[in-house]
Amino acid sequence: MLRAYLRKKSFGMEEKMKKIIVYDIKGLYRDNFRVTGYEFGEGEKAVCIVGSMRGNEVQQLYCCSQLVRKLKQMEAEGKLTKGQKILVIPCANPYSVNTQKRFWPVDNTDINRMFPGYSLGETTQRIAAGVFQEISEYRFGIQFTSFYMPGEFMPHVRMMSTGFEDTETAKQFGMPYVVLRQVRPYDTTTLNYNWQIWETQAFSMYTTTTTRVDKQSAREALRGILTFMQKQGILKYRGHDGYVSLVVKDVDMVPVRTGRAGLFDSLVEVGTEVERGQILARIMDAYEGEVIEELYAPVDGIVFFMHGEPLTYSNTAVFKLVVRTE
Amino acid sequence: MIEMVTSIALPADETLFIKKQRIEPKKKNGGEKRISIVTGIHGDELEGQYVCFELARRIRRRMECLQGIVDIYPALNPLGIDSVTRGIPAFDLDMNRLFPGCQDGNMTEYLASRIIQDLSGSAVVLDIHASNIYLTEIPQIRVNELHERELVPLAAQTGVDFIWVHGASTVLESTLAYSLNSTGTPTLVVEMGVGMRITKSYGDQLVDGILHLMKKLGLWTGETTAVRKPVISKNPDDVAYLNAATGGIFVPAVKHWECLHKGQLIGRIIDPLSGTVVDEVAAPMDGILFTIREYPVVDEGSLIGRLLCKKACGERWEEESQLRI
Repeated sequence: MLRAYLRKKSFGMEEKMKKIIVYDIKGLYRDNFRVTGYEFGEGEKAVCIVGSMRGNEVQQLYCCSQLVRKLKQMEAEGKLTKGQKILVIPCANPYSVNTQKRFWPVDNTDINRMFPGYSLGETTQRIAAGVFQEISEYRFGIQFTSFYMPGEFMPHVRMMSTGFEDTETAKQFGMPYVVLRQVRPYDTTTLNYNWQIWETQAFSMYTTTTTRVDKQSAREALRGILTFMQKQGILKYRGHDGYVSLVVKDVDMVPVRTGRAGLFDSLVEVGTEVERGQILARIMDAYEGEVIEELYAPVDGIVFFMHGEPLTYSNTAVFKLVVRTE
Repeated sequence: MIEMVTSIALPADETLFIKKQRIEPKKKNGGEKRISIVTGIHGDELEGQYVCFELARRIRRRMECLQGIVDIYPALNPLGIDSVTRGIPAFDLDMNRLFPGCQDGNMTEYLASRIIQDLSGSAVVLDIHASNIYLTEIPQIRVNELHERELVPLAAQTGVDFIWVHGASTVLESTLAYSLNSTGTPTLVVEMGVGMRITKSYGDQLVDGILHLMKKLGLWTGETTAVRKPVISKNPDDVAYLNAATGGIFVPAVKHWECLHKGQLIGRIIDPLSGTVVDEVAAPMDGILFTIREYPVVDEGSLIGRLLCKKACGERWEEESQLRI
């Protein structure tokens, strides 16, 4: 592993952050492919945070960049606990970010479907293996990730039900929701799943957006991560504790599906409290502008997920509601 | 007869159709077996298109020989085929990771569930793939070890060169073949040729094989061509994977399905900018190359080929060696 040590003066104190190359591949006509990490502190592998793994995960990249900036400042101010190491990898796939492709540019494979990787395998298997070698053995793993359907979320922490999940620890982020995801066969090759299998407590951090920067939910996620690390004794942070998280199973959320395809006109926003029978959206005929369907809330709930494109197909879950209980 | 398997409206004045052609005997007794030929789950794999056409053509020419029902599904992912897209356009999803789908799920899950519903109950299903745009495959059938006992005897009748029994993988539980096999509909996954192309000789070989299989199953009484005896590999150590040691442009030095000796040059990875050879890919053992790189651009790790060891090839090694002399 190559290491470039950055030492510069900041706030009158020596900054010790190490910029490391976690994994690299020689490029043919492009600059070398590099996965860059930022190490803060030395000693026990306390927490690792991974950002964008797909080329369109701009919000995830932004969140990590803000975290690196904050941790640099906190390290310079002596607020990081000695003997605890933090690793931040803002982007595990700069080749795709720079070509604005979601998946690997040459073969369209998804690095987040290649874990734990294989060092003698194909390119994205090697990247996954190289990254995983560096980021395993951390006590906690946090990944900023995105959903395969375009849309906006309530900020939340998501965990997979592998049998190793610990929702009480997840509540320490102070995010509005902790979501437990039932494991599907294709989940078994994701970073989150493999972290948990290899004894890292893993959390996926969802902010509101993916392809555009949403500063408010990014701030919320940043606060959540710093609060979590403070409660785990990894650093000293004096922010507010956030929310008393509600634990929700993904299978318990109530989807609202379209019956017709057309232009999607939402009348609510993510986070809106809705009442049973309230109109949520209209679907319009894409040629004639007539309203061809109205979607209503089937329960009293909170809009947790909302479709993010102006067009919709039929049978599409354009909303997911968390049921409100008294 | 063209039948509608399922359909769903799209936003702008279009309906997505999945259709099949049903060919059945003129006189039916109600107990006919059914064979289903499906292809086009991946929109960039077109080898199955010719197979669908040619099989229907040959059957229609001798309708008096047909004793069962033949369902031909040429395009399970019509939007993908029409837009040169491997997955389902707009969703960027691999359709072969959605099965068995869900009747009440989103559009893609709904389509998957309707496809499963329509195929279930077939005596056998052939799901024809064409590797991808990067690799060329010799006609072969891949069998999950969980269903080996039932599927290998069927696969051996299809005229493919190679049957590869591979280990179980959780990820593959979302494929069409796994979903059907695990619910009692035997399904063979054919891989042959290369993405975005049609290799007519492979297509003709498979059509001969499908008719041979139909005859064995009592669906066809016409004359069929004797099919070749396939090489069957069940041991993971039989296959060597050749991955690029570095990025560059791969230039092959051998032909596909060629008998190679240990150390023999398979191809070079070159750097056109510097005009140098950056790596030479050599056979790690005696064997036959059943997969070879088609798309020249490689990254470190890109698959260059797969080599089946000489021992696993058995008599086929001698036959192929003789053919090359």
